[in-house]
Parts: sequence; structure tokens; C-alpha cells
Amino acid sequence: MSAEPNSYHNGPDEHGHFGIFGGRFVAETLMPLILEVEQAYEAAKADPSFQAELDDYLTHYVGRPSPLYFAERITEHFGGAKIYFKRDELNHTGAHKINNCMGQILLARRMGKKRIIAETGAGQHGVATATVCARFGLQCVIYMGATDIKRQAPNVFRMKLLGAEVIPVTSGTATLKDAMNDALRDWVANVDDTYYLIGTVAGPHPYPAMVRDFQKIIGEETKVQMQDAEGRLPDSLVACIGGGSNAMGLFYPFLDDADVRIIGVEAAGHGIETGEHAASLTGGRPGVLHGNRTFLLQDDDGQILDAHSISAGLDYPGIGPEHAWLHESGRVEYVSVTDQEALDAFQLCSRLEGIIPALEPSHALAHIGKIASDLPADHLMVMNMCGRGDKDVFTIADALGVKL
Amino acid sequence: MSRGETSGRIEARFAKLEDENRAAFVPFIMAADPDLETSFEILQGLPAAGADLIELGVMYSDPMADGPAIQAAGLRAKAGGARLDRTLDMVRRFRTGDNETPIILMGYYNPIYIYGVDRFLTDARAAGVDGLIVVDLPPEEDTELCLPALAAGMHFIRLATPTTDDKRLPAVIANTSGFVYYVAIAGITGTKSADAADIQASVERLKRYTDLPIAVGFGIRTPDQAGAVAQIADAAVVGSAIVQMVADNLDADGKATPELVTNVLGLSRSLADGVRGVSRKAAE
Repeated sequence: MSAEPNSYHNGPDEHGHFGIFGGRFVAETLMPLILEVEQAYEAAKADPSFQAELDDYLTHYVGRPSPLYFAERITEHFGGAKIYFKRDELNHTGAHKINNCMGQILLARRMGKKRIIAETGAGQHGVATATVCARFGLQCVIYMGATDIKRQAPNVFRMKLLGAEVIPVTSGTATLKDAMNDALRDWVANVDDTYYLIGTVAGPHPYPAMVRDFQKIIGEETKVQMQDAEGRLPDSLVACIGGGSNAMGLFYPFLDDADVRIIGVEAAGHGIETGEHAASLTGGRPGVLHGNRTFLLQDDDGQILDAHSISAGLDYPGIGPEHAWLHESGRVEYVSVTDQEALDAFQLCSRLEGIIPALEPSHALAHIGKIASDLPADHLMVMNMCGRGDKDVFTIADALGVKL
Repeated sequence: MSRGETSGRIEARFAKLEDENRAAFVPFIMAADPDLETSFEILQGLPAAGADLIELGVMYSDPMADGPAIQAAGLRAKAGGARLDRTLDMVRRFRTGDNETPIILMGYYNPIYIYGVDRFLTDARAAGVDGLIVVDLPPEEDTELCLPALAAGMHFIRLATPTTDDKRLPAVIANTSGFVYYVAIAGITGTKSADAADIQASVERLKRYTDLPIAVGFGIRTPDQAGAVAQIADAAVVGSAIVQMVADNLDADGKATPELVTNVLGLSRSLADGVRGVSRKAAE
């Protein structure tokens, strides 16, 4: 455990480090590009017209602010804490991913880039990237693991409708981590015109901090909305974590509010003890992958292991470096939930609230089901409903033994 | 910054080549590809097959700078029992018969980080490793491994690339030792090739910043290409073409055929002849 810092808002340092985590572990070919992104982002941040332009698109194109909704029947069902959903599944394209994509596409435009590449797991980030590329008339290439293409067919078709080229990744284990490898390989080979639009709070500096900054609007809105609804801060926040961008977005504005309990929920897959899971903090240890040091699922030779989760969006053997730091500092509690628990929560939410959640936030809801009943009725809990479940209906049907 | 005493093998080898007025041929093989014993036989045979220095690949599950040929070599090596400690064993065994040919380990940081940097440097020095090329450690991360390596007398060979501009180059050169590895293309291994004029201009640019030998790699596949590079640089590195020769000499079960070692060493010989057949253009 490191000493408690004065503020959790000071990271990363100028080298992109959150404690020992983060950094810029990339090939020399990419280093000048990453420095260029950092400089462009710093300039954009200091330019009020950039934020004004982004705000305008977030309001009129994305549909922000997303509502903070009192989930009355879920609250009654669990019989304890008062549960609110932050409705980021109502954003254009159905998830929080578009918040980040809109910010980065405006940055790429400022940088004069004409070709956008991205990796995607569940396809939500791919769809959001393809969407903003269509909106601004930029070429879009999405790398997606061949395994994920099979289980997320609706999103693959959606990306193609939006004009993106979807490249199946067959290298390695053909999932999200390999898609990220191939996107990096593309970037190395197309340095002049290409911008890599990373979808989560991972990768080399400045991506973890930049993606967090574009997602923190989730928490900022929540703060205001909870003040309006209840006249105070929430008592706890719960969000699911793959790479961790929706969670970072919700958590970040509350990190210095010491009375707010913050819980991140990783995917335990078939169970941590089986080794088939995606819980990097619970079941991994620090290592270096995809440009940053963070907790990783790996063997004792430093080889990265396959993650497993029923949710393609959580199926990643790493986690954003800021989460690794918040885990070590103890500010955020990280827990895990199995595939089955998430499936149960998915069905519960659909029937009780008329909201079909994505499998990713179903993990967060499953954990709420474990703790809510022990909390008093005046305990205000916010869950990030970071995506809707339309994309998952085939996976769910399969898991429930239903043929569509 | 303190630099420890090195093994001296890399310095001695380039001095000898200087006397012979020729460039070095540097083959890359992946340790344990397709299995530990076959890969050791290749390693052991390389000096007689014209290798002046040897790059020995350390398998990593996520080689983000490598193209399909070396990715596939890594997967074969994994199946063949690759582990960092076994790779060091292989070097130790090689040194019982050859105490002159420099060996440089090439790979990515995580296996070394997990092995433990200090323990790794001690064990690698003891095994007879002369230098390291670690693809995902740019100068910005020098405190991780580069500085401890130099202090331990282990050469840390940096990659310079077409995107390394004049502003960055001094920082890239600063903590480099042994030689500088110029990546001839903006891209991954085993894909496109640069033309000789571009390589020549880049090597001349590097020479303005350093007296260290300049090796050139990425995109060199044939004896002619190796020869062309040997006229303008101090070393020509060939990787993908060699591991592809391994791939081409496997049976249906992915096991080494009886001809594999001979064919890989034959390729090494012809590439080395390509390098040795040319005299160098006057430096500077």
C-alpha cells in the first residue's frame, strides 16, 4: 500500500505514470506519434473552442446529459440501498464509448488525420468509431478478433453499414488483445495519415488520461443530477471494468470525495479459481503490455494469458493503469462477478425495469445484488448503465439454450 | 551515468570487421523454434554459416512490432518449449564452443520484467549474452532496463527508425551501446523493403550523431538486398526470411524435418556471401 496522496486528481505525471503504472512502452517508430498526440491533446485542452465544439456535439449528436434514473423496482427487489442507474446506454450508439470517440475524432481532425483505426472487442467501440468517422467523412478501419466477430455479428454488420472496413484478426488468440496488437502494427506502418483511436483507458500515455478526460462527463453529470435529486453526494458508485473506461468516467470526479465508496466489478468468467476469467486485478499481477504497465493475466514467463468472459467487452487480460493505481492505493474496491451471476442480473433487470442491459453492466448489477440488501434505505448507490443489451441477445439466447 | 565493463565481444567483432573492411551479417532466429534442440543446432551452426553476430529472439505472446513470419515463429517456439530461462541455457551451452561470436537477445520487455531485471542481467551476463534489443523500451523508459543494463556491462542496442527525427535522435543515441539498429521501414518485420538510397541517407544521418556501428534491418530478405545494405551500413540483419525457412522445413505435424538445420544454415551461408561479396563504400 502506498501512502494516501493529497489528491487523486494529480495523475498521471509528465511521463504518464500513475504510481508505478502507466508509461510509454512502445516501439521507437510509434514514439514520435504518441508525443504528437500528447502535444495536440494538451493544445486542445487549453483551447476553449475545442471544448465548446465537443460540448455541442455531445448535446445534439450524442444526446447528453444522460438521465440519472431511480431504479425503483430493482431497489424494492433487493430491499436495501436506493439504486440509481446512470443511463449511458441511452447515448447515440447505445453505450458510453461514443463520449470518448467524439472527443478523439475532433482531436484527429485538428491534427489533420484522414484515416482512423481502432480495435474493438464487443464491437461497441468499433460502432462508435465508425459512427464518428461517418459523421466527419473519415476513412475507418476496425480491427476485431475473429472470435469476437462471430459472437458479435450485429455490431459487425452495423460497422459495415456505417462505412467502416472490419478486419478480422486471426493472430494470437483472435480476441481484443490481438486486435489491439494488429491496430498498433497498422499504426507503425501508416504513420503519416493515420490516427489510432483507442477505446479504453489503456495503451501508452496520453491515452489513459485522455480517454478518462473524455469519459469523466459521466461522473460530472452524476454529481449534479444527484444533487438535484437528493440534495447530496451518492454514498457509493458501482461500475463494471474491462479496460475500465466507463468506470473511470464515473469514478474520477468522485475520487477526492472520501465519503463516497467506489466499487469496480471485474469479470470472473467461469470463476477465478478455474483460471478462466478476465479479472486482472483479482487474478493477475503487474506487467507490461500495449504500451503501459498494469495488472495483467500472465504466466510466470511473462506470457500474456487468454482472458475469458461471457461479455466480449470485458474479455481483456489487462486493465487501465489508473485502475491499477487506485487498486494499490486502496481508494477503489475491486471485486468480481461470474458469467452466471451476470446472466441472472441481466434477466432481472430486463424484467423488473424494462431495461435490457448489456452484459458488461450486468456484472455491476450482479454485485449490487450481493451488497444492496445489507445497506440502509437512505444509502444512495449509483450504477453506470454503460451499455444496452441489444448486441448481446444472441449470446444470451445461446446461454439460455434458446434458438433464435 | 556509470557503465560497467562489457564482455567486449561486440567491440572486438566490429574491430575485426573494420580490419577486413566489410560489414557484418547478423541473422535472427527465434529461440526454441521449432523446438529447443533444433534451434540450438541452428544457433551452434550459424558462425560457420557466416554469422558475424547473432540475434536470438525471446518469444513473447504479443509481439506488436512483428509481422506474420516472426509471430508464427513465436507461436512455434511457445509450443517448442520457449522460456526465458531456457533461452539463457541455450546461450550458456553455445558459449562452451564459441566464446567470440556476440549474441544479442531480442524481444519485448515483459518476460524480462517478470524474470526480474537485476536477476536477469546477472544471469544473462553469466550465460554469455552480450547485448539486448528490447523493442518496447524507448528512451522515455530508460530507467526500467537500459540504465541498469549499461551499469551491469550489458550492451543496450537501441532502435532508430524513419520516424526518429533529428530532435529525437540525440536522445535515442545517448544511452545506446554496442551498435545502433536502424529499422529501415516504418512498419513491422517481414513486410515491405526500403530502397537503398533511403537507407544510405538514413545511415549517413545516424553517422552524424554517433561513432557506433550502424546495423540495418527490417525488409532484408535476399543475398542481393543484404549485399546492398552491406555497402552502406556496418551490419545487415535478416530475420523473417530465416524464420520462414524454418517454417518451410516442418512436417505435417509441425516437427522439424531432417533437412531443416541444413537448409536454414544454407540460407545463412548465402546471405553471408551476399554481405561478404561487396566491399564497403568509403565511410564519411
